[in-house]
Amino acid sequence: MKNLDPKTKIDIEEILTGLDTYHPPRKGWTWREPVPGGYKVGKFHYKTMTKPLKQSVPLPASKYFDHIDPQPQPVITTEIASGRFEDDIRRMRMAAWHGADHIMVIRTTGQSHIDGLLEGTPEGVGGVPITRKQIRASRKACDLIEAEVGRPINFHSYVSGVAGPEVAVLFAEEGINGAHQDPQYNVLYRNVNMYRSFVDAAEAKCVMAGARIFQIDGAHNANATAKEGWSVMPELLVQHGINSAFSVAAGMPKDLIGLSTVPPCAPPAPKLWYDLPYAVALRDFFSEYKMRAQQNTRYIEADIEEATRTHVIDTLISALTRADIQSTITPDEGRNVPWHYNNIRGIETAKQTLVALDGIQELVKIDRSGPLGEIVRDLKERAVCFLEELIEAGGYFAAVEKGFFVDSAKYPDRNGDGIARDGKGGVGAGSIVRREADYFAPVCNHFGHNHPPAGVKKACDVIDGCTFCKPDKIVYIDELDPGDSCHARLEKTLPYRKGGMIKPEAEWAGDGTMLLQFFLPEEIDVARVAALEIAKKMGLADPEVINAQVMHPAEGTFLEVKGKVDIAIDKKTLKIPPKEVVLPEDELRAAVKQYGLRVVAGTVGEDEHSVGLREILDIKHGGIEKYGVKYHYLGTSVPVGKLVDAAVETGAQAILISTIISHNDVHKAMMRKLDELCREKGIRDKIILISGGTQVTRDIARQAGMDDGFGRGTKGIHVVNSMVKILRQRGR
Amino acid sequence: MNDADRLKKFEERRAALRKLSDDQLKERFWDLCRQAVEPMVELAKTHTSPSIERAVLLRMGVDSVSTKGVVGRIHEAGLLGHGAGHVVLKVSQKFKTDVRGAAKKIVDDPNCLNGLFGR
Repeated sequence: MKNLDPKTKIDIEEILTGLDTYHPPRKGWTWREPVPGGYKVGKFHYKTMTKPLKQSVPLPASKYFDHIDPQPQPVITTEIASGRFEDDIRRMRMAAWHGADHIMVIRTTGQSHIDGLLEGTPEGVGGVPITRKQIRASRKACDLIEAEVGRPINFHSYVSGVAGPEVAVLFAEEGINGAHQDPQYNVLYRNVNMYRSFVDAAEAKCVMAGARIFQIDGAHNANATAKEGWSVMPELLVQHGINSAFSVAAGMPKDLIGLSTVPPCAPPAPKLWYDLPYAVALRDFFSEYKMRAQQNTRYIEADIEEATRTHVIDTLISALTRADIQSTITPDEGRNVPWHYNNIRGIETAKQTLVALDGIQELVKIDRSGPLGEIVRDLKERAVCFLEELIEAGGYFAAVEKGFFVDSAKYPDRNGDGIARDGKGGVGAGSIVRREADYFAPVCNHFGHNHPPAGVKKACDVIDGCTFCKPDKIVYIDELDPGDSCHARLEKTLPYRKGGMIKPEAEWAGDGTMLLQFFLPEEIDVARVAALEIAKKMGLADPEVINAQVMHPAEGTFLEVKGKVDIAIDKKTLKIPPKEVVLPEDELRAAVKQYGLRVVAGTVGEDEHSVGLREILDIKHGGIEKYGVKYHYLGTSVPVGKLVDAAVETGAQAILISTIISHNDVHKAMMRKLDELCREKGIRDKIILISGGTQVTRDIARQAGMDDGFGRGTKGIHVVNSMVKILRQRGR
Repeated sequence: MNDADRLKKFEERRAALRKLSDDQLKERFWDLCRQAVEPMVELAKTHTSPSIERAVLLRMGVDSVSTKGVVGRIHEAGLLGHGAGHVVLKVSQKFKTDVRGAAKKIVDDPNCLNGLFGR
């Protein structure tokens, strides 16, 4: 398949072609590449940034910093699962361009209780049905995307539920790079029988280790589930410890074992007093293991900004301690199935924070001599006591039966609300079978007692190689129900993907989803109802208030309303203004010299903002002076008449004014006044009038009588280019 | 053990831990973790499950839909403890067919499992 072109959409139909013979070119987990001696770019020397991307979308402010896009040391995760993997592929590409290199696919609801593998590409709910075809297509897309951005992408899903070993084999065969695997998660949160869960887990872990699939555990679910997430910290250390020790015993190297850890608290609580000691205690005990730092989801509700602020503090804790993977939570997770552009927001929160905090550990140190050291020690002692009690109670299984885990009190206290499971109960109870003395499995990466015939060196020699050794033996099933498949869905969305029709989307191609943000001067209960009526009158179908925030109990409410539109625009009917072609610098300099170009400039109205205009003028900022233009700067809040007089006096060919957008269109009034005054004085055809400002556009300026107008991002060269072209047009 | 006893016991345990250095405390944590998982590891070494056996058949090149039927038949015949892959191999030898052919045979004719392991 040919390489991706940044100007062309990824071709999903092409990705789906030839999947029956597609095998991933590489397998196993990859970390970001450090730059020896630190990463030097632009004016900066970073301490921990890694090898840059070939192509990316940098942070918005990067235009003030030579468009640099430093890439922090931790792998950055985004979780993508809209229910339709064919749409998620586009989201993955956007995410990779913003700096994600760990893409996690959530499974469809209920998959963990399905006793076996799914095949084909049925639509999912709250996630994607994980199947061979879905993985193969997604991995193939990741292979293309990683070549485009110039950094490997780790593709990730879940090895849990009652089909764990089979899922692990599927992942190993198809080149999945990371997976959640934690038998405790099955037991506690999925009610899978505890014996079955651990027996299956050993096999799954052994298979994962063979394919160098990075493992993430499930301990963080305890603080997402317990009423007071920050109280279960001693238990979290125990859960991490049990999965880690079990994984090592199953043959997993420690560098493939990651702890899924979440700062358990959130403002308005004094977050750092809980989360920082916990992070330190965890890293003390688990110094040989990798840290996958997740952001907090427990306390996120409808407000995206609140979520983002908490996530920044979570990421600060990562930077102050250690994170090998920084996972992100899509900030709208609390109010809907995450929208694709919110994945990007989550990634940018992590990237922006980590870049800002580059090398923080050289600047500030964790002070263990004070209260932090005491809290750390206390947590660790409690965790050890927990384990001692667990063993005394008869071991792990007995402890689970007695409700030791996910109790919302801080150990050793108990609130009696822990999750207790019966060893004889749960999904798959009674399904494990003792291996006979002649038990034999003729395959690689198989855990436990295995008895190949005498003389056989490698178990799979008996069958002339297993699928891990001979991938051609893998059986690819395409679809079981063509009616519920990606092909049927893609046909419906074809007009919006390839047919030239433009329709808004948030989750899936052509879903028509829109978000309105507005304020109503009413109390919240009234505002909610009124907001829906307004959305309906605007023509939004299925409107729903997804966020309402009190600005004041009586004065009003901020609202966010989502809904759907059935509007699509035919691209052919659009008149796209042609992009201005800037003349070459040498040509501009020559023309400026030829015309003896001279201008007067100032900000007008009650506007004291002069930074933008100075950048357009001064040689230091690459302004018009650099091209030989002589300027006469009159300062800020200059009366229009004074500018015109100065132009006449100095023989300037142009007047440059700068305005901010102000109430009652004062900026437009100032432009019109300038135009009229020049007409009155009889110099309008001799003078060029140009207006600039953050919100000014060429159209706004021309409608108000200017010859040209410039907005955000304008450089001196653009203004010189415009003046030279106008002078040429006028036949000078 | 009632709550008061538990809390008393906790204080005793903690008093004992106070004497340990940070490194010793860490060592104690990991000793206990290993001790806690030891019975589970032993259970996993000596047992198998339908999913593990289906995962073995997948690696032998049997498709996911067939593995379900095959393991189901073998389980019903009480032979899972020998290993589903082992059973498939025996069937393939007995009926002179390849692995996939043997898998199909087991689904189509469960009687083919009779007498495989001297029963």
